[in-house]
Amino acid sequence: MSRLQSPLPVLNPADFASGQEIRWCPGCGNYSILAQMKKAFVALGRLREKVVIVSGIGCSSRLPYYMNTYGFHSIHGRAPALATGLKIARSGLSVWVITGDGDGLSIGGNHLIHAIRRNLDINIVLFNNRIYGLTKGQYSPTSPLGKVTKSSPMGSIENPIHPLSIAIGCEATFVARSIDTHVKHLSMVLERAARHDGTSFIEVYQNCVVFNDGAWDYAKEQDQKADNIIELEHGKPLIFGKNRDKGIRLHGMEPEVVQLGKGIAEDDLLFHNENCPEPSLAYLLSRMRHEDGFPEPIGVFHCVEKPRYDRKINEQIEQAIQKQGVGNLEELFRSGDTWTVD
Amino acid sequence: MATKAERLAGKPVQFIEEATVRFCGDSGDGMQLAGTQFTTTSALAGNDVATFPDFPAEIRAPSGTKAGVSGFQIHFSSRDIFTPGDKVDALVAMNAAALASNLADLRGGGIVIANESGFDQKNLEKAGYDTNPLEDGSLDAYRVYPVDMSRLTREAVRDLGLTTKQADRCRNFFAMGLVYWLYDRSLEPTLNHIELQFGRHPEIAQANTRALKAGYHYGETIEAITTQYHVEKANLQAGTYRNIMGNTALALGLIAAAQRSGKRLFLGAYPITPASDILHELSRHKNFGVLTFQAEDEIAALAATIGAAYGGEMAATATSGPGIALMSEALGLAVITELPMLIIDVQRGGPSTGLPTKVEQADLFQAVFGRNGECPIPVLAAKSPSDCFNIAIEAWRIAVNYMTPVLILSDSYIANGSEPWRIPEVDSLPKIAIEHPLPEDQSGPFFPYQRNERLVRPWAIPGTPGLMHRIGSLEKQDIVGSVSYDPANHQFMVETRAKKIAGIVDDIPLQEVDGPEQGKLLVLSWGGVYGECITAVRAARTAGKSVAHCHLRYLNPFPKNLEEILQSYDCILIPELNLGQLRMIIRGTYLCDAVGLNKVQGKPFTIAEIQNKIEELV
Ligand code: SF4
Repeated sequence: MSRLQSPLPVLNPADFASGQEIRWCPGCGNYSILAQMKKAFVALGRLREKVVIVSGIGCSSRLPYYMNTYGFHSIHGRAPALATGLKIARSGLSVWVITGDGDGLSIGGNHLIHAIRRNLDINIVLFNNRIYGLTKGQYSPTSPLGKVTKSSPMGSIENPIHPLSIAIGCEATFVARSIDTHVKHLSMVLERAARHDGTSFIEVYQNCVVFNDGAWDYAKEQDQKADNIIELEHGKPLIFGKNRDKGIRLHGMEPEVVQLGKGIAEDDLLFHNENCPEPSLAYLLSRMRHEDGFPEPIGVFHCVEKPRYDRKINEQIEQAIQKQGVGNLEELFRSGDTWTVD
Repeated sequence: MATKAERLAGKPVQFIEEATVRFCGDSGDGMQLAGTQFTTTSALAGNDVATFPDFPAEIRAPSGTKAGVSGFQIHFSSRDIFTPGDKVDALVAMNAAALASNLADLRGGGIVIANESGFDQKNLEKAGYDTNPLEDGSLDAYRVYPVDMSRLTREAVRDLGLTTKQADRCRNFFAMGLVYWLYDRSLEPTLNHIELQFGRHPEIAQANTRALKAGYHYGETIEAITTQYHVEKANLQAGTYRNIMGNTALALGLIAAAQRSGKRLFLGAYPITPASDILHELSRHKNFGVLTFQAEDEIAALAATIGAAYGGEMAATATSGPGIALMSEALGLAVITELPMLIIDVQRGGPSTGLPTKVEQADLFQAVFGRNGECPIPVLAAKSPSDCFNIAIEAWRIAVNYMTPVLILSDSYIANGSEPWRIPEVDSLPKIAIEHPLPEDQSGPFFPYQRNERLVRPWAIPGTPGLMHRIGSLEKQDIVGSVSYDPANHQFMVETRAKKIAGIVDDIPLQEVDGPEQGKLLVLSWGGVYGECITAVRAARTAGKSVAHCHLRYLNPFPKNLEEILQSYDCILIPELNLGQLRMIIRGTYLCDAVGLNKVQGKPFTIAEIQNKIEELV
């Protein structure tokens, strides 16, 4: 009882650090994401023992080793499935899946799809660096067409996929995007994801300094980002640009970039509604790409409520007990036709 | 008994020791139902029974073709029996294709009950007959009773307002009724079943009841059939029994193991023949706290199982050979993280999709060796349908006592076959004690790879304060559990994991032998071939031969005294439904020669096949 009554310990980010030496390359975007995760756990008042971080294989997937929580570094692509079993077993835990563009969208695509649609209360953070880092520089499912890498010396001939479009297509209930070095924004997104009741899916633009340095410069560099990203705010019009003079307007089913003024007012712009039950708006936002001349949205795209698998599976047990009574082995063994030999 | 014989309208009753009946027809003909009903009835009558359902791989192959023939064989006896029988005494054939594909198993002088309307021109052609075997004399070596079941059934249900199609669906009940009469069985259990199953559709219940009784009365009155047979009660051990199939027994064993260890049961599975019934059965018992998760594939099924094991539940997965192939990588993860869980492989014919509904024992190598790296897993194999219950409990005991995944081998023959199961008293089942480390036991930091005297690491459950730790697929430093690439540490950890599994040998029973402790021949077997082997060996001994039988349930590690046993006989015979997998392991492990008897036809051995091999050797 004394443990219950004593006030919760006040932790600081350092309390969430494990002793293990961090092996990421100096300057890797992963450091910043790790730091924001620790801060988010502190801000959320999470107890270390209640947090489990599950990962697959890849640079990002080493993260559990660096956190002083429970952690499970699993095998390539399977973290969402492992986290599903864990969350079913221990639904009171705060379960996080750390994955990358290769781990989550290539080898583990199938598991990612099904984890998202089941909507367990887990948080999936996908570090997108558009390259394979741990295997030293092959193109990934998010690498742009034409990308020259070790395995594509003449340029990649694969069409990239967009992580958030996939998540939305899988009936995701929480979809967001942030950037490794946008520390405040990233903390905000992580905290909101943690508070969401259901699966949250977060794409984080992450710079791989060694094999794909600068892939996200357009979204990160001080002189470029204002024109190339657009911060989503619920209920607000989509405005961006250094002078906040540009906006996104709907033209039929298509978004278009417009200049404010010259007869175009804020009210003419597309207004963000993250709670829209219909995911088409979120999907449309996920399709806005830099290479097509659009600013890329960051923030919360979509946040709705749907039944949670981990809650439902435990509810069915309660219902079965109410209907059939607590299982009795003796009766179970004797169900069906029996006969006695004297 | 005489009074009974008198009651039976004058036809003589012949008392026989045992009989084997096979129902066969199109997969839509209701043969599985006929078989299971006849089985229940025979079990309730006190016989020992053993069954063998034989399904086609297609759900509904074109009607009347050999590809669509579904069969169900029941062996019932007044003695102890271990197999569904080599040869069939009475064959019920609903059409020509069923006769064509099953006749070879009918003994000379055996009975054929043929549904005449299934032998029209179209059916004969589909079955590849040029002339009607019921008329051309080709069945003269048998006692053939052609019965116009379609017409007789339609007549029996005529005024119930059913369509012809509906009426024809009752034909299997007519066939059952006739066989019930032939073997002097009570209609009572099946009438109860009809009431239970069709009670909400009174006209269908009525129709099935009438068809059943019509079949029975047909037997009483038709002059062609002159004799009725009766198999007395078997002398079974005292107790309460039920008939049980292997997959059901496994599911009940899993639930019992969870209850006896104070855990909730988690099953992560992806549907696959012939293992799906384990998932189905467990899904029905949620009131025991059973969590069933139907995963997106077998990889996820095992990954989720590992997650649930990490979360502190009794976790299990059930699949068949192709599923195990997909699980190999995750099995390695289960081994290196040293978490307890059960992996059930209900074997079927391979390689690849192979023969999905047929039996084979060719996953032994896969079970023992089929992973990258040095990756030892204890392997247990059930020997009969009811043994599946015991093996599930024993496997869980080993898994938690040694913090290891344990692989259980079953096969489609015992999974779908059935036998009487003496229902155990719940209190007689072993209690499985499990300890999880608690925060208050911790004076210093928690070390996930600190081992006890049996080399077993602690099972700390996430959520426990003070025990935060990380595990994973990379090699870990002994004791502390941090990631380690140290060469000497890797050698130490590989050897320690191997030693831990090898050490299980001290915790399992010594191997028993049926027969003389030394002699000319030892028949060594594993898995579902138990029944055929023990029956053949005992028959050989009765015939004066020096033969013993040794049946392995523990395949990794082998029992301690196995080497000594192997050295006590001049010759070792290993019958397997594969090309010699146990034989190779035995030869490699003990440098002992062994002869194989190997069959891969998607069918179990017959007792005669094993007897012949024994004759050849001694
Ligand atoms: S290879 Fe790239 S992603 Fe991996 S640690 Fe180095 S910088 Fe980071």
